[in-house]
Amino acid sequence: MATIKETLITPIFKDNPIALQILGICSALAVTTSMQVTVVMCLALVAVTAFSNLFISSIRHHIPGSIRIIVQMTIIASLVIVVDQVLKAVAYEISKQLSVFVGLIITNCIVMGRAEAFAMKNPPLPSFFDGVGNGLGYSVVLLAVAFFRELFGSGKLFGMEIMPLVTEGGWYNPNGLLLLPPSAFFLIGGFIWVLRSIDREQVEEPDFKMARHTVAEEGA
Amino acid sequence: MSSNDSIRKTLLVALSLCIVCSVIVSTAAVMLKPVQEVNKTLDRKRNILAAAGMLEQDRSVEEQFAQVKTRVVDLRTGEFTDDVDPATYEPLKAAKNPARSTDLEEDPANIGRREDYSLVYLVENESGELDKLILPVRGYGLWSTLYGFIALESDANTVAGLGFYEHGETPGLGGEVDNPRWKAQWPGKKVYRDGEVELKVVKGSVDASSDLAPWRVDGLSGATLTSRGVSQLVQFWLGERGYKPFLNNLKSGEA
Repeated sequence: MATIKETLITPIFKDNPIALQILGICSALAVTTSMQVTVVMCLALVAVTAFSNLFISSIRHHIPGSIRIIVQMTIIASLVIVVDQVLKAVAYEISKQLSVFVGLIITNCIVMGRAEAFAMKNPPLPSFFDGVGNGLGYSVVLLAVAFFRELFGSGKLFGMEIMPLVTEGGWYNPNGLLLLPPSAFFLIGGFIWVLRSIDREQVEEPDFKMARHTVAEEGA
Repeated sequence: MSSNDSIRKTLLVALSLCIVCSVIVSTAAVMLKPVQEVNKTLDRKRNILAAAGMLEQDRSVEEQFAQVKTRVVDLRTGEFTDDVDPATYEPLKAAKNPARSTDLEEDPANIGRREDYSLVYLVENESGELDKLILPVRGYGLWSTLYGFIALESDANTVAGLGFYEHGETPGLGGEVDNPRWKAQWPGKKVYRDGEVELKVVKGSVDASSDLAPWRVDGLSGATLTSRGVSQLVQFWLGERGYKPFLNNLKSGEA
């Protein structure tokens, strides 16, 4: 049985939901153009994953197998609506920028993936921390991506000017590609590369291996 | 755990889960509603003030908005009307309702239907005279409808500012409509020339020696279609089927 600390730390680098499990990529593309928005999105996701894991795990002995996915979805959806309402009340500007993406946390594969894979089989407390851990794993990647996208795409960090843009009389000519969704793919790809170069264990076994060349005598 | 899969248990779990979740969701929605409404109004007021170039960082939006009066204008007649309550009227919703809007045959701004009643915001100076007029405008750019406000000086012919609060144009290209340096060109431009809307965005930069320079605004490089969209929405909303009848009435003191 893994300790709570392990449950919390492992998903951040060792078993990162985005980098290793390749879950939750969709919102990673959409909300990472500025750090501020990304931070709020990460907080929202950590809260939803943690509490959905907690609630699902606490009623796991009573969930009938035939409707378990729907039960999970109902709990997740309710939590997401609550988070969305809270954001609209306390951080209106940012909730406007996040628009549909808060609602789309419902379909975020990390939330459902952890509910089904962990919370259904483990007690509430470890499940809660597994949710926090995976949320943090997602956050690490998102924040890294957003850092590069905002800094090199618009010369700012958290909306503060770091490199003055040419269009505003400065010297930095921004890279427009970084503001478009595909750039997040490149950055996530780079992140996975770095992570797997450091931690060799994460490199997957190739699906196919090239057959060895036929020996010389046979060919002759 | 086979009892978990009985029909009775399944229904029971589904039902109780639904009740618990709906209670939580509705409680959250009802309790947070007042705060959200306040945020929404505050945001709208901030946009209106920003378009008129009146937004000051160090004063509260509410305080600054106190000098702005909201009125309803019947766009068909160009006169003020009290048929609807400006506090609750939503022009964008009305534009979707066939009973409360007009289908546009010629539709340069690409908005489909135009609401019959529009809200206008009047800014008065200390002595109660009209200082600025803020008019909501919208129109299609390249990818999206741009929603914004255009502010006019009290002569109803000089632009005091233009700003968009919502659009989905390409960041860095069409998205430059938000660039303060581009927006800074608008104040002081003229709208009408011999009674027609002459104000437009041109491709490239304005020839300062031309007679038409006061009616021209530099285009955005790399965003020809967005610039054209802005041009057309300005022409539409300040034209015959937009606010022109109202502005004329206002000038002759008959609105």
